[in-house]
Amino acid sequence: MSAFTFVRLDARRASSGVLRLRTMDVTAKIRRILKEHGRLSLDADTLALNADLYEAGMTSHASVNVMLALEGEFDLEFPDHMLKRSVFDSIASISAAIGELQAAAA
Amino acid sequence: MSGNSNEFNALLAAVKAIATNVAAPAAPDVDARARFPQETIDALRQARVLSAAVPKELGGAGCGMRELALLCVALAQACGSSAMVLAMHFIQVACLARHGRDSTFFRGYLQDLVRNQYLLASMTSENGTFGETRTSICAVERANGRFTLAKDATTGSYCSYAEGILVTARRASDAPGSDQVLVLVRKDDCRLTQTTTWDTLGMRGTVSPGFKLESSGAEEQILPGSFADSSAQTMVPYSHILWSALWWGICADAVARAAECVRAGARKNPGSVPPTALRLAEVSTQLQSMRHNWHSLAAEFDAITTRPAGLEELLAIGWALKMNNLKVSASEAAPQIVHKALQIAGIVAYKNDTKFSLGRHYRDVLSASLMISNERIAAKSASMLLVLKDT
Repeated sequence: MSAFTFVRLDARRASSGVLRLRTMDVTAKIRRILKEHGRLSLDADTLALNADLYEAGMTSHASVNVMLALEGEFDLEFPDHMLKRSVFDSIASISAAIGELQAAAA
Repeated sequence: MSGNSNEFNALLAAVKAIATNVAAPAAPDVDARARFPQETIDALRQARVLSAAVPKELGGAGCGMRELALLCVALAQACGSSAMVLAMHFIQVACLARHGRDSTFFRGYLQDLVRNQYLLASMTSENGTFGETRTSICAVERANGRFTLAKDATTGSYCSYAEGILVTARRASDAPGSDQVLVLVRKDDCRLTQTTTWDTLGMRGTVSPGFKLESSGAEEQILPGSFADSSAQTMVPYSHILWSALWWGICADAVARAAECVRAGARKNPGSVPPTALRLAEVSTQLQSMRHNWHSLAAEFDAITTRPAGLEELLAIGWALKMNNLKVSASEAAPQIVHKALQIAGIVAYKNDTKFSLGRHYRDVLSASLMISNERIAAKSASMLLVLKDT
């Protein structure tokens, strides 16, 4: 699947243009961070949104680096109750967590 | 101890009797010859202790973490190696009981374990992973409802004496090293070839040389779910709490021997407190805080598991850090405590053939910081603290 397919998928899911842009932006940033820090055995660009990142080779050590990079990139802090496997096990769940924190801050 | 069931009290009394009558007299020989404590394990089988961690619904005693820890402590006060074998067995049983609950095969296997009092071992280390248990090189291959699995393990505690071995492996030949499963390999499913020896400073009775394992069996013997979850939710907490408890048991016996020496000295000269009594007071402080550490985390674990979201809570970084801290602090405290006991008791404890001898205790607890190296744990804690806010 290409990045273009994802844009179209996101577009179908998003209810408004603004949200679509935000989701695209967030997802692209997450993919870049996973590429740099996730140490995946698969290509982060072509990974499905709900593919299991741990099954794709992310270790718990690598996941901490992903968390740190996400906190830096999005200028937010994951509260301790979010620091668990299920929050970081897919691009979709990471994106949902970021959305939740950004909505709370807005 | 309040709140113990009669069933548990009977089990604890049985283990205490086995500790005194079987494990303690055998301990020097087990240690000297680095041999498996067969008589102690047979006695535990006889008393049905090996099914203590199996849920009641499957015929076991359904003991919680605190209860299992107390059983390990009772045995550790007599023989550290026997207690380590019992603790490791409980850890494996807990993995099957907590993660195989929805599998007809594993429910049946646990019922068999209750009936036959099977002993379970594990094989989580591997040549080439350098002690990182959360990575595997070997992979389980599946075809036509069967699996095959070959592993080159650096250590395999009491594997030659167990009825079943839980083996970590990659989920499939194309899975990354961290995507692991646990496979139950039964004695009849495998061929074990010993590759190294087990002539160690301590914990000699665990008989843990390296092995090459070749196995095959039914696909249903692969534990459902991923080892990532069963490791965080069961193997790590059971290991670190039960190990800390048994290291404490070894320390408690060492301090008890030192205290007996101090009392003997005091009786010779009533009216003056011997100088060694002050050292005894110091070491008892350390012994108490070590006990509180494992005891409170065992109680916390038992409380967590009663909550509906309990399994999820055990996956949080905050809990993983607590487990790391427990393991590191208990394994660092244990040799210090035994060392102090040795200073108090003096030459009678330094000698290997007195009733105050502490050589075996000392050598046994030196394993604590090495089995899952504290260095590796500290590195993981350090990285967790980079994201954890409220410690």
